[in-house]
Amino acid sequence: MSLLDLLTSLLFDHTIRTVALGTATLGIVSGVLGSFAVLRKQSLLGDALSHAALPGVAIAYMLTGSKSPAVLMLGAGAAGVLAILLLINITRQTRLKEDSVLGIVLSVFFGFGLLLLTFLQRNPDARQAGLNTFLFGQAATLLTRDVITMAIFGGLALLFVVVFWKEFKLLSFDREFGASLGLPMPRIDMLLTTLLVVAVVIGLQAVGVVLMSAMLVAPGAAARQWTNHLGRMTLLSALFGALAGVAGALLSSLGTGLSTGPVIVLCISVIVLFSLVMAPNRGLLWNYLRQWRNRRRLRTEAVLENIYLMSSQHDDPSHPHAITALEAVSGAGNVRRSLEELQRRGLAVPYDGNKWALTAEGVRAAQTRLQPAQKDEK
Amino acid sequence: MDETKLAVQVADLTVAYQEKPVLWDVDLDVPQGVLMAIVGPNGAGKTTMLKAILGLLTPAAGHVSIFGKPYQQQRSLVGYVPQRGSVDWDFPTSVLDVVMMGNYGKLGWVRRPGAADRRAAQSALEKVGMADYADRQISQLSGGQQQRTFLARALMQDAQVYFMDEPFQGVDATTERAIVDLLKELRAQGKTVLAVHHDLQTVPEYFDWVMLLNVRRIASGPVKEVFTDENLRAAYGGRVGFLNKRQDP
Amino acid sequence: MSSAQIEIQLIGIVVAAACALPGVFLVLRGMAMMSDAISHTVLLGIVLGFLITGDLESPWLLFGAAAMGLLTVSLTELLNRTRLVKQDAAIGLVFPALFSIAVILISRFARGVHLDTDAVLLGELAFAPFDRLMLFGALLPRSLVVMSIILVINLLFILALYKELKLATFDAGLAAALGFSPALIHYGLMGMVSITAVGAFDAVGSILVVAFMVAPAAAAYLLTDKLERMLLYSVGLGALGAVGGYWMAHLMDANIAGSMATVIGLLFLLCLLFAPERGLLATAARRQRQRWEFAQTMLTIHLLHHEGTPEAEIENRLDHLHDHLRWEPAFAQGVVQRADERGLVRLENGSLHLTEAGRGLATTMLTEKR
Repeated sequence: MSLLDLLTSLLFDHTIRTVALGTATLGIVSGVLGSFAVLRKQSLLGDALSHAALPGVAIAYMLTGSKSPAVLMLGAGAAGVLAILLLINITRQTRLKEDSVLGIVLSVFFGFGLLLLTFLQRNPDARQAGLNTFLFGQAATLLTRDVITMAIFGGLALLFVVVFWKEFKLLSFDREFGASLGLPMPRIDMLLTTLLVVAVVIGLQAVGVVLMSAMLVAPGAAARQWTNHLGRMTLLSALFGALAGVAGALLSSLGTGLSTGPVIVLCISVIVLFSLVMAPNRGLLWNYLRQWRNRRRLRTEAVLENIYLMSSQHDDPSHPHAITALEAVSGAGNVRRSLEELQRRGLAVPYDGNKWALTAEGVRAAQTRLQPAQKDEK
Repeated sequence: MDETKLAVQVADLTVAYQEKPVLWDVDLDVPQGVLMAIVGPNGAGKTTMLKAILGLLTPAAGHVSIFGKPYQQQRSLVGYVPQRGSVDWDFPTSVLDVVMMGNYGKLGWVRRPGAADRRAAQSALEKVGMADYADRQISQLSGGQQQRTFLARALMQDAQVYFMDEPFQGVDATTERAIVDLLKELRAQGKTVLAVHHDLQTVPEYFDWVMLLNVRRIASGPVKEVFTDENLRAAYGGRVGFLNKRQDP
Repeated sequence: MSSAQIEIQLIGIVVAAACALPGVFLVLRGMAMMSDAISHTVLLGIVLGFLITGDLESPWLLFGAAAMGLLTVSLTELLNRTRLVKQDAAIGLVFPALFSIAVILISRFARGVHLDTDAVLLGELAFAPFDRLMLFGALLPRSLVVMSIILVINLLFILALYKELKLATFDAGLAAALGFSPALIHYGLMGMVSITAVGAFDAVGSILVVAFMVAPAAAAYLLTDKLERMLLYSVGLGALGAVGGYWMAHLMDANIAGSMATVIGLLFLLCLLFAPERGLLATAARRQRQRWEFAQTMLTIHLLHHEGTPEAEIENRLDHLHDHLRWEPAFAQGVVQRADERGLVRLENGSLHLTEAGRGLATTMLTEKR
């Protein structure tokens, strides 16, 4: 299938459009809320929350007998909120570190959910609910009503983010200062964390319990590399999330039989890798180039100083010197390239091939560079 | 003392972490218009005291009033400069944005800072000599510039009483001068400043009042009266000999 | 009890013990979530090993998986060292990516082989007794043999490096100063976690590995301060959870691994509530007692402070304690009554006075602090 076919089906094929809309919604919502999670160093919270949602799904089904997405999402959300309350309180009341409590909540809730689901599966009707859907996500199973439910929950969550934007920003940057202003920081914290639960719940069906956490961490981590502005970071994160969501859903719908979760996560991981390497200013490549340029500049200046110092042993400050002599003095590095750089700047000129000398301007430049250093020596 | 002239009045403040006392029954009266340093050895409870006054932690007992009324009613009169190291400076935001946070309390819910707030923030930055840094990303600031950003944010609060936690900690000479000038200007405007301070040597130079604290209040009042060897020894215990040596080399 | 039932429980106990040992150090060192990351990524090692050797039984798979565990650790550290993302985000980025690759590889190239992702996550302990191998002339369940070997490896590692591990865990600085390489101990520990995760997830699934590693160790940490006992307790709690979990699953006819995790969770909850000193109930009781004692001390200090000053008359009146110390009247009444019973204060015409004993207490409390 060519890219063009893929795009056409995105627009005109009802099923694929539905799936893409669903995964885009989840990408946007988790991108926005994940940005805050990343900035608040709560990247692993999403992992615990998504695993914790499993028993909520099972209990919601047990209680209502309904498989409607809204009911299951509410169940998952309730379990997520319970998990958070346990997390906060156990961490605060005991000497256990947060990571231990995260690990316990994650694994025990998940184990309990597994117990309930396998227990339910003895009932043939429940089997169709498909454990696999919740483990790795199956975007192809998304129906229009699922997408509508996701959009409503997600839209509400985003609305809250818009309304409480400055409070959330303050919470993430300087919680104590916010408290000193008289703002109810614990409640704002609880609200933002609950919204994070909403994002998790929205993603469960498409991405699955196991990999949902990546959807909360990766878009924000990628977006952070491109901008130093919270608003732009959040928007970009939403965009990355949506992009990965749609791409992943389409790739896994190509009849490969792949679960959507891993494909979406792989897509967003590629975006992260690209951002870490390529992003201007922060990116690794950028940093490497900056270091390289700095080194070259320093080397060029060292060569300039060395020619000057060597010729100051002669009467004529623009006495030419052989490259080999300069190499001996300047040590490692490409001396010829530094000399060519100096020539471009009009500071040095070549003499019959292998010798170089400073121009009058070069002498002045070397003198100004060396002056403070010579003063220091005295 | 006439209570209405007291900018800050702390009475019987006791703070305990897990039932272990950090502050024991501290009383403190701070008249309006003074620059007061809170000094004491490490672990004396200086930061705790500041946070308890600001309601950031719940005291086991005691109460705080600002200009004669309970703190909760007078919040809008109070500005706060936390320790510089208490936040993540890699947060994606600009200097101007941080300064505008000073106004979030007064803005109320939902409302966003507008052009007027922007101007106010800009002028607060000018007062600390940071006007050119408004659009700078905060991770690119030096320690001193971070400190001045926090000061500008407190100025933005347009308060009567400022609480500062170690404003001189690890700053460059330029910033130190800027802070000293700012403190004097605040005093000239009749504002009151309470600052946790760690450098005994500069207390008489920068401040006019001082409180010596070591879990309980050792002494408080004008620097000339209170900043005596005897009081310092009481606050710092055996370590004061070492301090004296360090003070006059 | 049939022999299969006994075998399953035995496997459970051995897995619990093998997991609990490295788990204790993870919990103490604040790295519990690394077990989550590693238990997921070892799958990639197994898949790659399988694709290369074409043999699921090959012992090389174990090494490949353990290597992948270590690779996860170093990738996380590498990412963290770029300072582009924070430590927690680094973990959250690395392991889902590696795990996703593994899941995709399985469904593309290893379909139909006994390596399906459900089993990896959830474990198939119920089938463990059917997979047997010949050893010393006896036909033993494969998982039991593998996990026993891993348990022995873990035991040997801890016994051999016990004092180094202890020192590096409680005082990393001192350990480094004494010449124990923190990196070596760190990677040794992570290698142990990796090998254990590989062996265990075959039996119980990767999520339960986390439960077995973290929950018993955390529960044990609430029971004792001594490292030896903590190791012992967490092995015991894990084993108890394994046996209890097996029978609960048996009764409910449900997934054994999930059931074991649930029971371990319940055991943790019991410790959390009832641990003798650090449990929530004991802490609450102690706080309550301390609150009264603390309040009495505070009262004596308050009185001492104002003794002989002009405002003493006002500050020391019983009905003013509410105003000055912000105590509820009933609480103030209670404190004064208790202090009176202990002979710390005297109440005269609604005004409080320190007794000698009260003054002594206040002075010692004030001076003892420094």
